Formats: sequence, structure tokens, C-alpha cells
Amino acid sequence: MEVRQEKREFVEFKDDKVFTWPTLVAKEFLAAIFVTVGLLFYSYFVDAPLRELSNPGQAENPAKAPWYFLGLQEALVYFDPWYAGVVLPSIIILGLILIPYLDNNPKGNGYYTFKERKFAVTTFVFGYVFWYVLIYIGTALRGPFWAFFWPWEKWTHDFPTPAPMHDLPLPLGIILMGGFYFAGLTLPALVKRDFFMKLGVIRYSLTMGLLLTMVGTVIKMVFRLAFNVKYIIATPWINI
Amino acid sequence: MKVIPEFLRKITDNEIWKSVFRHGYTDTPRNRALQIISNVWLHLHPAKVREHGTKIRFTWCMGGITFFVFLFETITGILLMFYYVPDVNRAYADIVDLMYVVPFGRFLRNSHRWGAHAMVITVSIHMFRVFLTGSYKPPRQFNWVVGVILLVLTFLLSFTGYLLPWDQLGYWAITVGTNMARATPFLGHEGPFSYILGMRADNDIRFALLGGTAIEAPALLRAYVWHCIAIPLIASALMMVHFWRVRKDGGISGPL
Repeated sequence: MEVRQEKREFVEFKDDKVFTWPTLVAKEFLAAIFVTVGLLFYSYFVDAPLRELSNPGQAENPAKAPWYFLGLQEALVYFDPWYAGVVLPSIIILGLILIPYLDNNPKGNGYYTFKERKFAVTTFVFGYVFWYVLIYIGTALRGPFWAFFWPWEKWTHDFPTPAPMHDLPLPLGIILMGGFYFAGLTLPALVKRDFFMKLGVIRYSLTMGLLLTMVGTVIKMVFRLAFNVKYIIATPWINI
Repeated sequence: MKVIPEFLRKITDNEIWKSVFRHGYTDTPRNRALQIISNVWLHLHPAKVREHGTKIRFTWCMGGITFFVFLFETITGILLMFYYVPDVNRAYADIVDLMYVVPFGRFLRNSHRWGAHAMVITVSIHMFRVFLTGSYKPPRQFNWVVGVILLVLTFLLSFTGYLLPWDQLGYWAITVGTNMARATPFLGHEGPFSYILGMRADNDIRFALLGGTAIEAPALLRAYVWHCIAIPLIASALMMVHFWRVRKDGGISGPL
């Protein structure tokens, strides 16, 4: 019996594959060795911190969370704990999870490029850097009572009393914040029509909502630093 | 220039060597593939990978290093568990013993501590790299989600370990951290709208985290169990998914 086979056109696949052994495995092995040696070397010379036995009656001053949470602790200067400690990190995690579903730009999949995805890279890098800037301030520049000290200043308990802060009047606060989100959601949609069309209503609203919340968090910090504004919106139930 | 081959031949070409290693390794394509697919550990990899995926300038090696540091932490952590008891009357003394009495105890504790910091750093650089290469784009969306959860778990792993020495540093760091939970909207007794659910200091979310209204013996035990058993198990399960999905989603990302 004759086996018939379709005559196929020969397609040349781009084959840039290499054997995992030894190309990749050798590199992984080397990386593992370098990391182990580095860690052990560092551990030999630098001791892990250990203070006195814990004492609930004597608070550390300043009492600092582990360094990777100090960005959030630094945000406590500007926001109430419900936002800085709970809602803000939840929004960050949710925002990170949503990234692949919001960014529908097909370009830049699997290679480094800034040109083809300026908006995505700029937004992410800004947030990433800002997170670490806050961590740096919280770690290195905050002394007793969370007072601010420049790197060249000595931490003392003798620092000037912070200027008194005030809340914005409630109607003004609501107008400012409502206006910020309203303008931030509508203006780009009108000005950058193709950006809006490409994303669609749902993706666009989520993207801009998250972006505005990130930018708004920074703006609130500026309000606090420049104008001594404690709360933009102050109500008996919730303060922002 | 024949010194090295000659030397190698002398080592391998004798009865003792051949009694241990039955046959040599011939560098053929078939053997290169077999090295990977017939090895239970290495077959996490495909036999062949796209060349750019092996470049350190592309991957920065950060995902692999994070996994390796996790293994490093597992081993040093298990060793520490031989000496440490999560009991408020003993914990601090056990750490002091590790630092001053146990042979290599200080070295062991140091490497576990610095490894933890290293893992937080490498995992966040890994996320940065994955973002910059757009590797979360289709078909890899879900693996990015798994990665974000693993990032959070890394933070929690480190955070729960912070309390264990039971010293002032850990105690007050955890105090600051868990006090935030008080302010959770609806679920924390000092948070906005908590009156709706009738939250008090002894029934809110912070109470659930600490097993009490203050950081005491139950909080230490909870931190210990989460740190040594629960989170590592959850993280391991998700790591399996994470690595498996890298392969199922078409291998390491790259230009099409």
C-alpha cells in the first residue's frame, strides 16, 4: 500500500535554540556559586542586628518596620493609617495584578523597548522609583519621633516643632478631589482620542483610576509639605 | 600544551575511577539533551532554549537567583530550627546562644538574615526586568499574577521572620506593622466604618493576626508557624505553578 503524503512547501523556521546543557545550566551553576559565596562572605563579616530583649513597656524611638515596608510607614506622615497601611498597599497589589489585562499594547512583548511603550514604562518606572525613594527617606532620613533629618545631620530629640497643619474646608476638598478625578478621567479621553479608543472604556477607566490614585498620592504629599494641609477631605467618618 | 589532557587522562584512566564512574561523557547533541531530560532536577528546563534566554543581559538571572536564595533560606532555616524554640521565655536566649555559643551559629543566623534581605531585593529586580521586557503580555498574563502573589509572599516571609528573635527591633517593627491592621476599613477596630461590623480590639483583624490584643506568646507562635511552615508551603506550591507556566506559555519570553 502506498502511503500518500501531501507535498508541503518547505518552511524555514528561525531556529535560534541552543542546548540548555551546558549553555544555560553552566550559567545557573555559576550564578548559584557567586550568590552563595557572596552571601557567606557578607555573613562572615557583618552581623545580623540583635537588640535587647523585647520590652512592651519601652518603645523604640524611632520604631521602624522592616525596610521594605518603610515606604508605607513614610506614607503615614501624609495619610491616615487606613490608607497608608491598608488601602494603598492593596491598591498597589491589585494594580500590579491588573497590569497584563490593562496593557493591551501588543508591542514590546519579550524585548527591551522604551519607544514602543512609553506610557507603560514611564508609569511603572515612576511608581517603582517612588516606592524606593519613600523607603530611602523612611530608612535613612527619619529619626526619633519620625522627625526628618538630612544625611549629614545628627539624630537628636531637639528638632524644631513642625508647623501647625490645617484641613481644607470640606466643600473645597470635595471639589478639588472630585475635579481631579473627573478631569483626569475625561481630559485624556478627549485629547488623546486614539489612546482611549485603543483601551476601551473599562480598561481606560481602570488604568486612569489607578494612575490618578498614584499621582494623587504624590500630590497629597506635596500639599502637606508645601501648604501644611493635613486633610484634603476631613469628615467625622473618614479623612483623606 | 598537552599537560592538562594528559593529567585528566591519568586521573580517569585507572581502576579506581572506572569502578566509580562506569562510562565517560561524550559531548554529542544526544547526550546534551539527555543530560537535561533524564535528570529529575534539571528537567525543569527544556532540552533546548532560545539563545537570548540564556543571556544574562536579557534575564539578569534574577528569577533563578531568587529561587536559589529561597532554597538557601530553606536550608539555613531548617538548621536554625534545631536551636530555636518559639517560646517567649526562650526565644531571645536561643538567639543569643546562636550568636555566642553554638558553633557557627552566628554565621548561620547571619546568612539566613542577609539571605532574606537578598531575596526581597532580587525578587523585586526580577519583577522590574519582567516588566521592562513586556514578559507579562499574552500569553503570559496569568504567570505575572502568580508572580505578584509570590512577591507579596516574599515580603510576608521576611516580615514574619522579623519577630522571631523576640528583641526590641523585631518586637517594635511588628508592632508598627500590625498596628496598621487596626486601621483596616470595616475590619479593624480603629478603621473607618468599623462600627458597622461592631469591631473591638478583641475581635478585629489585628486580633486574628496576633492571636491576642498585644504581641505576646500566641503572636510569636503564629509568626513562627506562618514563617516556617505555612508561607513556605504556599510559596512552593505557587513556584511550581510559576515555573511550569513559564514552559507552558512558550518558554522564556522573547521577540517573536
